[in-house]
Amino acid sequence: MPLISADDQTFLRDKFAKELVNTVDIVLFTQGDSPLTVRGQECAYCKETRQLVEEVSALSDKINLAVRDFVADAEKAKQMGVDKIPAIVLDSGTEERVKYYGIPSGYEFSSFVEDIIDVSKRSTNLKDNTKQALAQLTKDVHIQVFVTPT
Amino acid sequence: MAIESAHVKADVVEASEFVPLVEKYRVHGVPKVVINETVEFEGALPEDRYLAEVLKAAQS
Repeated sequence: MPLISADDQTFLRDKFAKELVNTVDIVLFTQGDSPLTVRGQECAYCKETRQLVEEVSALSDKINLAVRDFVADAEKAKQMGVDKIPAIVLDSGTEERVKYYGIPSGYEFSSFVEDIIDVSKRSTNLKDNTKQALAQLTKDVHIQVFVTPT
Repeated sequence: MAIESAHVKADVVEASEFVPLVEKYRVHGVPKVVINETVEFEGALPEDRYLAEVLKAAQS
């Protein structure tokens, strides 16, 4: 049973075909398939998150998906700044600066799709004065946005 | 903003899956934005005010 309906798949395939520019790499950090879990570290939505990004990446040749194990690939996770799972890292020459932690479902799914497109374009619809101000930053800024799926 | 600037990293965090973080940052409503552990606000802001908060965090 797909998470993305047939109608939505058609819509997204068309949208991606029109709007994606550069190839987007999606890296999913998840847990292994082992039935054993450490108490307190169960990843409630890892399976669904993997299914969702697999379905999304299948909708365009410009979206590449790599699935990594958070424990086995701990070194890579650390290098990419990933500290919890499920983690979805979006990259297209943008240095892995955009991440989603947890499943981007419901309302968040549209933000996720728009972010894939913006990362692919390497530009956003922000106002010019916002872009200019951001270009003058000299210190690193880490923004965490807490959301809920509904 | 993270797409526009190499100095900006952005995480979207699904609150219900990361309860310890929700407690740490006292998330009562969404969207809740935490910038550099120093600036935080709840609710959606217009772009100019959002930018002002980011610049404030970059100065502290």
